[in-house]
Amino acid sequence: MAEKLVGQRLKRTEDPRLIKGLAHYVDDIRLPDTLHAVFVRSIYAHARIKSVDVSAASKAPGVVAVYTGKDVSQKIGPVPCAAALPDLKVPDHRVLATSKVYFVGHPIAVVVAHDKYAAKDAADLIQVDYEELPVALDEEKAAQGGPVIHEQFGTNISYKLTAGEGDIEAALKSADKVIKQRILHRRLAPIAMEGRGVLARYYPGEQELTLWTSTQIPHLARTQVALMLGIPENKLRLIAPEVGGGFGSKLNVYAEEALLGWIAMQTGKPIKWIEGRRENIQATIHGRGQTGYIEIGFKKDGTITGFRYNVFADMGAYHQLLTPAIPTLTGLMLSGCYKIPAIQINVTGVFTNKMSTDAYRGAGRPEATFVIERAMDLVAADLGMDVVELRRKNFPAPSEFPFKTATGLFYDSGNYEGALKKALDMASYSKLREEQKQARKEGRLMGVGVSTYVEICAIGPSAATPAGGWESATVRVEPTGKVTILTGCSPHGQGEETSFAQIAADELGVDVNDVAVIHGDTAIVQYGIGTFGSRGLAVGGSAVYLALQKVKEKANKIAAHLLECDAQKVSFKDGKFSCSGKDGKQVTIQEVALTAYVAKNIPPDMEPGLAAIHFFEPKNFTFPFGTHIAVVELDRETGEIHFKRYVAVDDCGNVINPMLVDGQVQGGIVQSLGQALYEEVVYDEQGQLVSGTFMDYALPKASMVPWLELDRTETPTNVNPMGVKGVGEAGTIGATPAIVAAIVDALAPYGVRHIDMPIKPEHIWRIINQKKAGAA
Amino acid sequence: MIPAQFDYISAKSIDEAVTLLAKHKDDAKLLAGGHSLLPAMKLRLMQPKVLIDISRIKDLNYIREDKGQIRIGAMTTHFQIESSELLRRVCPLLRETASHLGDVQVRNRGTIGGSIAHADPAADWPAAILALDAEIIVAGGKGQRSIKADQFFEEMFKTALQPSEIVREIAFATPKGPGQAYLKFRHPASGFAVVGVAVSLSRDGSGKCQSAGVGITGVSPTPYRAKAVEDALKGSNLDTKSLSAAASHATGKIEVNSDLFASAEYRKHLAEVYTRRALEMAVSRTK
Repeated sequence: MAEKLVGQRLKRTEDPRLIKGLAHYVDDIRLPDTLHAVFVRSIYAHARIKSVDVSAASKAPGVVAVYTGKDVSQKIGPVPCAAALPDLKVPDHRVLATSKVYFVGHPIAVVVAHDKYAAKDAADLIQVDYEELPVALDEEKAAQGGPVIHEQFGTNISYKLTAGEGDIEAALKSADKVIKQRILHRRLAPIAMEGRGVLARYYPGEQELTLWTSTQIPHLARTQVALMLGIPENKLRLIAPEVGGGFGSKLNVYAEEALLGWIAMQTGKPIKWIEGRRENIQATIHGRGQTGYIEIGFKKDGTITGFRYNVFADMGAYHQLLTPAIPTLTGLMLSGCYKIPAIQINVTGVFTNKMSTDAYRGAGRPEATFVIERAMDLVAADLGMDVVELRRKNFPAPSEFPFKTATGLFYDSGNYEGALKKALDMASYSKLREEQKQARKEGRLMGVGVSTYVEICAIGPSAATPAGGWESATVRVEPTGKVTILTGCSPHGQGEETSFAQIAADELGVDVNDVAVIHGDTAIVQYGIGTFGSRGLAVGGSAVYLALQKVKEKANKIAAHLLECDAQKVSFKDGKFSCSGKDGKQVTIQEVALTAYVAKNIPPDMEPGLAAIHFFEPKNFTFPFGTHIAVVELDRETGEIHFKRYVAVDDCGNVINPMLVDGQVQGGIVQSLGQALYEEVVYDEQGQLVSGTFMDYALPKASMVPWLELDRTETPTNVNPMGVKGVGEAGTIGATPAIVAAIVDALAPYGVRHIDMPIKPEHIWRIINQKKAGAA
Repeated sequence: MIPAQFDYISAKSIDEAVTLLAKHKDDAKLLAGGHSLLPAMKLRLMQPKVLIDISRIKDLNYIREDKGQIRIGAMTTHFQIESSELLRRVCPLLRETASHLGDVQVRNRGTIGGSIAHADPAADWPAAILALDAEIIVAGGKGQRSIKADQFFEEMFKTALQPSEIVREIAFATPKGPGQAYLKFRHPASGFAVVGVAVSLSRDGSGKCQSAGVGITGVSPTPYRAKAVEDALKGSNLDTKSLSAAASHATGKIEVNSDLFASAEYRKHLAEVYTRRALEMAVSRTK
């Protein structure tokens, strides 16, 4: 029997083209006579636009057109927000600013020229006369008063929302003790390796607009852009070509996408815009941005009685596609992997004079995991209890699944103790604690941080998502026996061309190289939702799997016909059908495919062809989990942080390609490391973006990443046919609290219980210095 | 990230470069590796009308030892220095400094002359050439002249170069032994030095400090030679205590930078710690 490909560490079929520079990103698509767009963006965080003088720019060499908000705002619909929350205030978000600008980077005008140099030269000639206005920047202060950003609302509060179950007041009252802590989640920039980019082409004869755009959601973007432009959805072809990462930042519909389409229709020429890195940090969505207050109630024995999170969530100036919905995910995951009878979240969504926040890898769940994990550590420290023992005490046992949380979720499956134990063994946890005791005796600052997390993935059942949570797949076996998969779940670096091909190769018994996975082109692929929320495999892959079953079912019937065998007696193995009782007679899947298309010898009443489509609707989310352990030693003199160990055990259910899972976990941990130690989008008191380039915005480099010791447990889910859960965001969710906890633990001799991120060496140095006198 | 229009001229010789510079004056910028200039142009922070590329001038690319002097052509790349067998033997400090600089791609393009002429206050090379008490040989319309390293860096991004002058060579006496080190606290975003300390020292027959050069970068608006540290070292027995005492003079009355990542107070402290550690490392290598 041929070796199964599912479960193998297959190298990605995508890699050679990516490594050799042969992939086609938006900017690699060159059409003749293409015009180029350059944007003029606000240099102020909040200002009234008194005038925009484009006269010099319009006359500049090579310039075809200049458009301002006045020219386009009534012709293109508003940038959409798909989040539906009670009493949500949604500002009218036009593609170019009209009377006011609300953040640094807010687009004001666009110059269209024969090349990007001429466009940029002309953009420099545009004179914007601003009247500066006072700014609202801090989400907590802006909620309480001060300058109002959207005057029509009379407040900066976009919405208030309370969620959770159980009597929180009683739960906190009945506790032996309640600990409170303020916790900051700074704004982060997603920083996909490829920024955004759009190429638009209009054929007036066919009345067809084609939009190449770097997006995670080609079909959703097509629907929304068609609505913005007022054109029929079936006359807009949207193509996500090679997409160089997204991390959630391309799970969106942006002003530039619709505007470029509109300009192509106006000028009749193709037009391209490629985002620069400065624009990317200014005007692509940011993630996180919460100022929160936790209250955790517990008994003397460590039993948690209740958990409350009051949070001011920074929306930025506008709502992008899912902006206000992100904190609701925080609310859902506040129970972590613990039995907590009463939980409450109170969200205040607040407008600020900054770029919008939205989904960034984890999207609201890292915030939840961070606060519950910090809370558990605070309780353990207060009780003098080991952080592991406290966690164990509050875990639901494997027999308690499906486990209902006080946030209204049903965790389908889990074995938190299993992953914890494996990680503790790998790290030699008890030895580490011995080592730490010794280190402390020697005056060295060693710390061990443990995080046990659960995340919500495979988003998700349609009932729980704004615009459908299913996914689609078409499987075609072509006349030559080659297999084509059309997935609605357009990937942007996840390796689905490989993992989906592995599934198909096993199911159909064909060579993996005979499988092509096609995605991203709305003219080719049936409607789909997209890649985000760790759903690619669990939802998109399930659709592929089920479409394959349909194809096999039909192939089986054709094979029975060819073998002159009862369909029940046909068996299929390694790509060959055979009939029990008729030894030696076989027909291959390739022969069946050819027969299906030639259609001379198929069962009567059967449709010719061999293809199937499936729309998969998951029954529930999935809930992957794991344990991360970070071990650090701090330089007493300088506050520098040195990793000694990093151990992670993640459980994402069954694994299709372990190499892809490892890659996802590694990448996620690295982004967590960035959040914990380095990354922060910083606006100064005037709302100027001061971390606007890579000279100031610190991403972790390879040399800054510790060796990652990774392993897995595999607890399959039953909400999809392959028992897979999703792993795209696990690292960003599990790692941040472990890293912060390790540093806090190292500083425990100084009485430190919490430090806000990013934890910089200077911060550590100040703690050591200021508390030197009082320390043991 | 779209630069303004400019003309590009590839100079074939030093004389041609000097002549072109005299002709185009302020409109021109010299292009070496381009790793500072081109990003500034892409952000339109600089908009020179003419770029005079001197990176292909062969007369500016060499590393040699000549009568007790090491001579390095200005267009020698960081990687050439890092991989130089001669420097590995006689001046490991430069090799070590180069290894801290940017990444492999940057080191393959960037040049030592380009870096020092740009005079970024947090660049690595200035610390090393200050510690080596090097001279910068510059070529101009009136011929060549030599500028001492500690006279070269005048202000942030400003050197003693005249507008029509080109850095030709970096020259210094062959160090008296392996007592060298470059230690750097990298800025997590830029990779530039928050603090960078270069040390080159030697012992006399009795083990006492015979000579000491200490260059510090990243700490103040201009890289500087820490003379007070050097003075404290000379004649000392280079034990832990004397190194620590010497390092306490790392900043003295120097104006200390402050930024998002490190306050002046912290940076001053780092300068002292890194100076002490660089000294300890250099001393350990004399043994």
